[in-house]
Amino acid sequence: MTRPILEAKGLHVAFNGVKAADDVSIAIHDGEFLAIIGPNGSGKTTLLNICTGYIRPKSGSVQLDGHDITHLSPRAIARRGVARAFQIPQLFSAQRVIDNMMLALAATDGLWSAVQPLETARRRDEARALLDLVGLAGDADRISSTLPEGHRKLLDIAVALALKPRLLLLDEPTSGVSALERFPLMEALMSALRQRRITALFVEHDMDVVARYASRVLVWNAGNIMAEGRPDEVFSNAQVRQRVVGVA
Amino acid sequence: MPAIIAAAAVLILTLLPVAAPWLQFVLTLAIAKGFAALGVAVLLRAGLISIGHAMFFAASAYAVAFLARAGVNDLGLLLILSVLGGALVGAVAGSFLVRYRAIFFAMLNLAVSMVFYALCAKLYGVTGGTDGMPVPVPAVFGIALGEPAFKSVLFYLSLGLMVLVGLAVQRYLNSPLGHALSAVHTNEIRLEYLGIPVWAVLLIAYVISAALAGLGGAIAGFAIGRVVPDFAFWTASGHLVLIAVLGGIGGVPGAFIGALFLELLHSAAVTVTDSWNLIVGMTLIIVIMFMPQGVYGLFARKEATSL
Repeated sequence: MTRPILEAKGLHVAFNGVKAADDVSIAIHDGEFLAIIGPNGSGKTTLLNICTGYIRPKSGSVQLDGHDITHLSPRAIARRGVARAFQIPQLFSAQRVIDNMMLALAATDGLWSAVQPLETARRRDEARALLDLVGLAGDADRISSTLPEGHRKLLDIAVALALKPRLLLLDEPTSGVSALERFPLMEALMSALRQRRITALFVEHDMDVVARYASRVLVWNAGNIMAEGRPDEVFSNAQVRQRVVGVA
Repeated sequence: MPAIIAAAAVLILTLLPVAAPWLQFVLTLAIAKGFAALGVAVLLRAGLISIGHAMFFAASAYAVAFLARAGVNDLGLLLILSVLGGALVGAVAGSFLVRYRAIFFAMLNLAVSMVFYALCAKLYGVTGGTDGMPVPVPAVFGIALGEPAFKSVLFYLSLGLMVLVGLAVQRYLNSPLGHALSAVHTNEIRLEYLGIPVWAVLLIAYVISAALAGLGGAIAGFAIGRVVPDFAFWTASGHLVLIAVLGGIGGVPGAFIGALFLELLHSAAVTVTDSWNLIVGMTLIIVIMFMPQGVYGLFARKEATSL
């Protein structure tokens, strides 16, 4: 197995006495597509919040490439190559779709670019290519608040990809996306991840998506890791089938 | 706003004082206030209302008076140094004010500006108290001018700066920094997750807005020939917000359109009645109710329909 990009050790987090993470340790390795599944409210999103600096754990540590990032801000972690797409899309709703993309692309450019025009031919082409990848090429000039929820979700993912991350954290990437668009989106996403050598961790409720695309699955339940392994191993676990997948 | 309309507006402004010399002072003051209102409008893009920007307006005006007292007697140098002074005050105040949002930001700006106002009014030995300080007529490129000639130079310089600074601010608003500033209003979380420091985006905007207000204050100081503490009073700050909203924050020209509209309306109203505030107030209500995007919105809408 390759070295871990991200490693969390002994995480403890509780909200009003309810444990969201209780001595949890996980590691994600280069090239993996790690899925985290589990019941609602079990602490999956909390893990993403900790890994991106949005929440500080009560104890434990998070390391990125062996460096401690536990107490860094989301901004500092983003600048180290960790991007995130949210369960509820986080967009600049008053701006055009393509402006959302170009601002993300500009964020990865140098300081001088901050005073040059946002819209350059290079950024426009890159933005359109990413929008095309997620199927939003036709919406480039729309104000992002006017997009349907599924398309807002796709834009949120495209914005995260625009940051050219090494590690991408996706919170329920297919929720809100129509059943017809779900697998084409995942195919495009997987293709982009492979082409750009992006490692990914994703929280997901659609077990078909998990079974088809995850290289490893981690089952989260009541702040603990209940099971871990390849999708076929995890889904054959009776306890997992009963408590998480819902098939006894 | 189409370039041709903007060019025509500048041309009309250039010719107006020739046709009606009394308008020169009114227009100079309107442009000065337009700069300050543009500073307020820049922050409004991030959803931040400053009810204290008259402080920077006054700070640069006082800077001109102090520098003149110290022997600096060149218009260009006085303008540059006083605007830098305003920007410096903006950097100091902004370094802690940009941590706040909404009503807290507005009220803290108000509070800081009133402290500044009180200092200007009470430190009689330094600032001349409520009597203020004189702003003498400076030399222009080493040439000493009489007051009427200087006022004409000041007007046309202000007009030129309005175009040049307006284009520079437009460039800033179209840059990633400008878009990030607008993005602060809608989603600070996403900005942080893009790796963009929100505090730096806001501090840069705050310093730019203070410099703009300072430029307006310096021009006003030269135009009036005196700077008094009332330059920094809270009603003056409210006036700047009013101009920005009246003109419209959708584009750079809005602030200048608002300032010109309000100054000309005020000048016309005082000739009709002593209750000129009533006319100004009624007009403002009508504009705000029927033109939610300000007077500039009329041009912006025309531009949109012409596409």
